[in-house]
Amino acid sequence: MDMNRREFLQMLAIASAGGFLLKSGVNYAASDTGHLYDLPKFGNVSLLHITDTHAQLNPMYFREPDINLGVGTMSGQPPHLVGSALLKHFGVKPGTVEAHAYTSLNYVEEARTYGKVGGFAHLATLIKQIRASRPNALLLDGGDTWQGTGQAMWSNGQDMIDACLELGVDIMTMHWECTYGAQRIKDTEEGALKGKMDVVAQNVKTTDFGDPVFKPYVIREMSGVPVAIIGQAFPYSTIANPRYFVPEWSYGIQEENLQLTIAAARKNGAQVVVLLSHNGMDVDLKLASRVIGLDAILGGHTHDGIPVPIPVKNRGGTTLVTNAGSNGKFLGVLDFEVKAGKVTDFRYKLLPVFSNLLAADKSMSALIQKHRAPYESKLSEKLATTDGLLYRRSNFNGSFDQVILDALMKEKDAPIAFSPGFRWGTSLLPGSSITMEDVLNQTAITYPYTTLTEMTGVQIKTILEDVCDNLFNPDPYYQQGGDMVRVGGLEYTCEPNAAMGNRIQDMRLDGKLLDASKTYKVAGWAPVSEAARDKGGEPIWDLVARHLRSEKVVKVTTPNVPHLKGVAGNPGMI
Amino acid sequence: MILMERRNALKAGGSFGLLALFGAFGLLKSGIALADWNKPAFTSKTMDDALAAMGAMSPENNSVFIHLTVPEIAENGAIVPVTVVSSLPKVEQISIFVDKNPNVMAANFIFPEGTEYMVTTRVKMGQTANVVALVKADGKFYRTAKEVKVTAGGCGG
Repeated sequence: MDMNRREFLQMLAIASAGGFLLKSGVNYAASDTGHLYDLPKFGNVSLLHITDTHAQLNPMYFREPDINLGVGTMSGQPPHLVGSALLKHFGVKPGTVEAHAYTSLNYVEEARTYGKVGGFAHLATLIKQIRASRPNALLLDGGDTWQGTGQAMWSNGQDMIDACLELGVDIMTMHWECTYGAQRIKDTEEGALKGKMDVVAQNVKTTDFGDPVFKPYVIREMSGVPVAIIGQAFPYSTIANPRYFVPEWSYGIQEENLQLTIAAARKNGAQVVVLLSHNGMDVDLKLASRVIGLDAILGGHTHDGIPVPIPVKNRGGTTLVTNAGSNGKFLGVLDFEVKAGKVTDFRYKLLPVFSNLLAADKSMSALIQKHRAPYESKLSEKLATTDGLLYRRSNFNGSFDQVILDALMKEKDAPIAFSPGFRWGTSLLPGSSITMEDVLNQTAITYPYTTLTEMTGVQIKTILEDVCDNLFNPDPYYQQGGDMVRVGGLEYTCEPNAAMGNRIQDMRLDGKLLDASKTYKVAGWAPVSEAARDKGGEPIWDLVARHLRSEKVVKVTTPNVPHLKGVAGNPGMI
Repeated sequence: MILMERRNALKAGGSFGLLALFGAFGLLKSGIALADWNKPAFTSKTMDDALAAMGAMSPENNSVFIHLTVPEIAENGAIVPVTVVSSLPKVEQISIFVDKNPNVMAANFIFPEGTEYMVTTRVKMGQTANVVALVKADGKFYRTAKEVKVTAGGCGG
C-alpha cells in the first residue's frame, strides 16, 4: 500500500474522526502528522541543516539501525540508542509517524503505511515552507551530498551540485565529495558555486606548507546578527577513502586550529558561532566538551537521526550538538534567539521528510527529471525480485550487504568475502524489484574494483580487529564513523568492549576454527590502495547485477551478524 | 596569491640561492648534531633504554608546558607529522620517540641559546604507538606523550 498524498491525508482525517485503527492495531492519530510541519517562528537567527543526503534525489526507503552499540562512556548515550530505548530517551510517543522516522520498529508494515521518505523535490517544498516564516534562514549542507547513486557518479556529482543550487544551499562542507578528486571540488567551488555557495573547512590543509585549502569559515548576517559558520570536513577522508584522490591535502580533527578559528570569528564580530561538521556524532560530542565558544555543532557523517540536541558543557559554557540523519530523510531546523550580542535561547526540530505529506516542488522535479533522463534506461533495468526486506544500516551485516557478499563469494569462487561498512544505502521492501539503480544505491563509488586476495588466518583477524577498533575504540577521536566490515562465509564472535586485538574471537569457516597460518581466498571490493586501482578489477555493481540476473529471486535469510559478547542489555541493540 | 608565489618560487628555484641557503643551514645543524651524537640513545630498542642513554630515567610528566601536536590517526604511517613546542625556559634539547618502533628514538634537537623552542618533523610509524616528546630544560627532563593510531584504512563512512 503506497498511498499518494491525498489518500494519506484522507486516511488521517478518517483516523482523527473515528479513532480508526490501522491493521497493525496502532492508532495513528491525525495529531501525529497534522502539525508535523507547523513550526512556529522563534528567535532572530535560523539555520536549516541537511547532511549525508548521499545523492538521493528521489524519495526512497531508509530503515534506521537496529544495532548501534556504544562502548565505554558512550554506552547507552545518544546516538547509541535504538528502537524503544531511543523513543523513551527522547520522549517520542511509540506508534507515531515520528517514531517510525527515528527507529526500525515494526518497520515494513509502517513503511508501507507511511510511504517513502526524502526526495529533493519534497525537501524543496519543506524548505520553502520553513523559509516563508524565516526569510533570512541559512541552509547548510554537511556534505556526503555528491555521492551515493549511479547518476551522481556518472555525472561527477553534477546532478547534486545543480540540485543544491536549486535548493538554495548557502554553505557546505564535505567528505565523499573528495572521491571525485581535489580538482573537481576546487573547480566547482571556483566555478558553479562561486558567489552562490561557500565551501568551508578549517581542517583541510596542503601537505607541503600546511596552507588552508578552503575558507575556514564565513560570516553571514541575519536580522542584523553576524553569524559565523565554520566548516569541519570529515577528518579521515585520506584514511577511510583512497588518499590518491586528494594527495596534496591533509585532514585531521585539528582541535587547536578550530579553537583559533572560533576566536578569529568572534574577533571579527560573530555573535553566533556554529560548526558545520562531518566529524560524526561521537567525535562532535567530545569536541564540544573540549573546545569553547561554539553555540552549536550541526553534525553528520554517522547518519544518526537524533530528535533533540545534546547540550555539552565545557569551560566556556554549553554547546549544542545535533546529528541530522541521512539520505534526505530529515531537515534540521535550529532557531536562535540572540540578544545583546549573545545567544539567549533556542528551539530545535528534526523534521522527517515524508514524501506523501509534502507536495513535490515543480522546478526541482523538472531538474531531477532532466538529470535522470540520460541514465533512465540503464537505472531502471530490473535484475531480480526480493522476497524479504533489504537494508544496510546496522553496526553489522545488513541484508543488502548479504546479497553483495553472496554475489562476491559465488562469482569469485571464494569461501570468504568482505564488504565495506558504509552507512549509506537505501532499503527495499519485501516483494520489490531490485533494479540496477538499487544496486548502485549500495555500491556507487569511484573506486569500485572487486578484488580476490589470498590471506592467512592471521591477516584476516588483523583486518577485522583494525576495522572493529575504528568502530568501537572507547576514544571517539580514534573512530572513523563507519560500521563494521561486512563479512561473508566466516562466522565470528565480537566483543565490542574488549581491547583492540581481543574483540574478534572464535572465527570459523564451515564450523571449523580458522587456521592462523593457512591461506584463504577472500573476495572484496572498494580497495583504497593505488596498487589495487592500477590493477583494475570488475566494478562491484556489474558483478552483483550479473549475480542477481541469474538468481531472479533473492531469498532473504538472516544476515551473517557475529555472535555478540558482553553487550546484553545495551540499549544500542534491539 | 601569496601562496602560489611561494610555491612557484620554490619550484622555479631549484634556485642556487635557495639551495645554498638550505645547504648552509644543513651544515650548521649537522655540525652541532655531530658533536652530540648519542649513538646508544638512537640505537635503543626500548623506551627505558633510550631514556637511560639520554640520562633521563624518570622524566617528569608535563603536558602543560610541552605542547605535542600529532594526528590522532596517521594519514600515512611513513610520514607522521610531529610538532613539539616548549614553553619551559632554558630548553637545551627536545627529543622525539616512537615507543613501538624498532629504534625508539626518532629525533634529537639541540637548542643553542636564544632559539625558539619549537621543532616540527615527520616520523615513520609501522603500527599504532605512543609518540613521546622529551624536553631537557635547565638540566631537568620533562616528557609528554600521545597515541597515534596507524590503521589499514578503508571501510569508512
